[in-house]
Amino acid sequence: MNLADYLPIAIMLLLVIVFAGASIGLGNLLGPRRPTPEKLAPYECGIVPELEPSQRFPVKFYLVAMLFVIFDIEIIFLFAWAVRFRELGWFGLAAVGIFTALVIETLGYVWKRGALDWNIPRRARYRLSHDVADEEAA
Amino acid sequence: MDGWDVAIVIVKVLVVFALLLAATILLVWIERKVVADMQNRIGPERAGPWGILQTLADGLKLLFKEQIRPNKVEVGMYLLAPVLTLLPAFLIFMVIPIGVPFTVTLGGVERVVSMQGTDLNVGLLYILAMSSLAVYAVVLAGWSSGSKYPLLGGVRATAQAISYEAAMGLALVPVVFYAGSLSISEIVAAQSGTWGGIVPRWNIVPLFLSFVIFFIAIIAETNRAPFDLVEAEQEIVGGFHTEYSGFRFACFFLAEYINMFNMSAIAATLFLGGWNGPTFGLTGFVSWLLPIIYFFIKTFVLIFIFMWVRATLPRFRYDQLMTLGWKRLIPAALLWLVLSAVVVGWRQFGAPWT
Amino acid sequence: MTELVLFFIFGALALVGGLTVVAARNPVHSAMGLMLTLFSLAVFYVVQAAHFVAAVQVIVYAGAVMTLFLFVIMLIGVDKAENLSETIRLQRPLVVLVGLTVVVVGVFVAVGGRFAWITGVVGAGPEVNGTAEAIGDDLFTTWLLPFEATSLLLIIASAGALALAFFRPRRREGKEEGAP
Repeated sequence: MNLADYLPIAIMLLLVIVFAGASIGLGNLLGPRRPTPEKLAPYECGIVPELEPSQRFPVKFYLVAMLFVIFDIEIIFLFAWAVRFRELGWFGLAAVGIFTALVIETLGYVWKRGALDWNIPRRARYRLSHDVADEEAA
Repeated sequence: MDGWDVAIVIVKVLVVFALLLAATILLVWIERKVVADMQNRIGPERAGPWGILQTLADGLKLLFKEQIRPNKVEVGMYLLAPVLTLLPAFLIFMVIPIGVPFTVTLGGVERVVSMQGTDLNVGLLYILAMSSLAVYAVVLAGWSSGSKYPLLGGVRATAQAISYEAAMGLALVPVVFYAGSLSISEIVAAQSGTWGGIVPRWNIVPLFLSFVIFFIAIIAETNRAPFDLVEAEQEIVGGFHTEYSGFRFACFFLAEYINMFNMSAIAATLFLGGWNGPTFGLTGFVSWLLPIIYFFIKTFVLIFIFMWVRATLPRFRYDQLMTLGWKRLIPAALLWLVLSAVVVGWRQFGAPWT
Repeated sequence: MTELVLFFIFGALALVGGLTVVAARNPVHSAMGLMLTLFSLAVFYVVQAAHFVAAVQVIVYAGAVMTLFLFVIMLIGVDKAENLSETIRLQRPLVVLVGLTVVVVGVFVAVGGRFAWITGVVGAGPEVNGTAEAIGDDLFTTWLLPFEATSLLLIIASAGALALAFFRPRRREGKEEGAP
């Protein structure tokens, strides 16, 4: 196991970059170039775009990403345990069991708080956020 | 490591590269034919015998089309995204073994050439790493286009990909403790042989639920129907690649099909025993060729299921997608993981109180 | 030799990435610069035979954390005019103080002679085993307690994320929230 194992990956990396660059460049050479203002405008099904694309997104996406970080770390630890499954025996199983139980608890907590609900009407979402706020304040 | 070894590596890389391109050309055609058949149509039939050259014709046509660069785009990222989408697609396949090694004598030394790009000892993590990088191209393409539909598509894609990646990773943990290694070739080796001479020792048999979770997750990861909200035509036109045309668009298209092939190959390798299969006591060239054939048969069976699912199921709504990912697949994967770990542990170490 | 070449190439890339993070006017470009730095670090880990850590670096940092950053950037809205007033009082004097401390410590280390340029590996270094197996063994024996403590950290993180997302100061009730 050494650096030579990564040589094929490095070569493939270069090859793909060259391939993509060359074919896109070739496309630029072979294709026509007849820009018109309409063609260069952002595509909106034929309607003239009037507003900038909204660049704000619901906070739900942030929560999903945060949860994903948590699960990713959990998965990494699980892999480190799984390769040593036989050697670690019941001891490792217990250690991972505690860890997993806490992660499941996290999932349950987030679930119960409604962070995983994506179909709540907006009005209900207000109420939900205020419920949390009330509880935190109490 | 001498010149011959480097030459072998370069040949391997070229073979993988050619294989993936050829597979894409074939896959697009197969998909169009299969879906057409399921919908009582004929599908492509003009270019070449049974229309098999249709994809090639389409690709060439795209090469001759104008590559429009809309004026609202963020130029750097916009140009980078098509290249970035191809990278993980081609790189993932480097760790998949497609057959048994063979030996050649080059430069007076006998060398064993494995039918695998490279056998990393963290192969499985490498696969996860590459598939987590795949999302960047999509989110960058969406963001840099400076247009509404691509932005929505890009953000949808990211949230979807990360939701299902968690489920995918959790479903793979039991595979690792069955094999006791993260190296793909050892995972395949651990699946050789049979139970009682009849049932092959593939991971799918004891880990059927893991396989189901993994398969659903990879359909979502590759943004295929019914999880293709990323490019839901009725809502957001082409999604993240709405503003791309010509060969830049072809890059996204190519990456999508290569990813489908990759993921099917990974599923076949991790759960269906990879190249394992009966060799009927044959030796020599045939015993080398058979595993490769087995590998491709398994992969194409899974690809057929991909297409079958696409032709059968309607698209999910976004909240259904998230519910399935976070409230069904992840808890199921976690519970299944604990259950299978306890069962395997019990069988290997005896009861915990002994 | 290969190590040295790789070190210089990816060291330079890591620096370029780091400079992009602080210099870019567009937050998304900053994020991509950070991505470049993280990726270069992963290459360093590979060179140091820490394969598991390298894979984790890409999966967790480049994969998950950067996605989180991108979402936060998009959540805030990239093109919105920034409020440039500094909320931390004494921020600038503090920066100067911290910067000076770093420089002083650096000078002390350099002058104190506890620092030497390594111009080449003297003899064979210790055999490094950075495989998942080695990490698994250590993690579940020597470092078991920190490992379990990590799960508590993860719970705190999720609770914090929920609080950030859902908790609002009472006085802002009834105001319009971000578009769905």
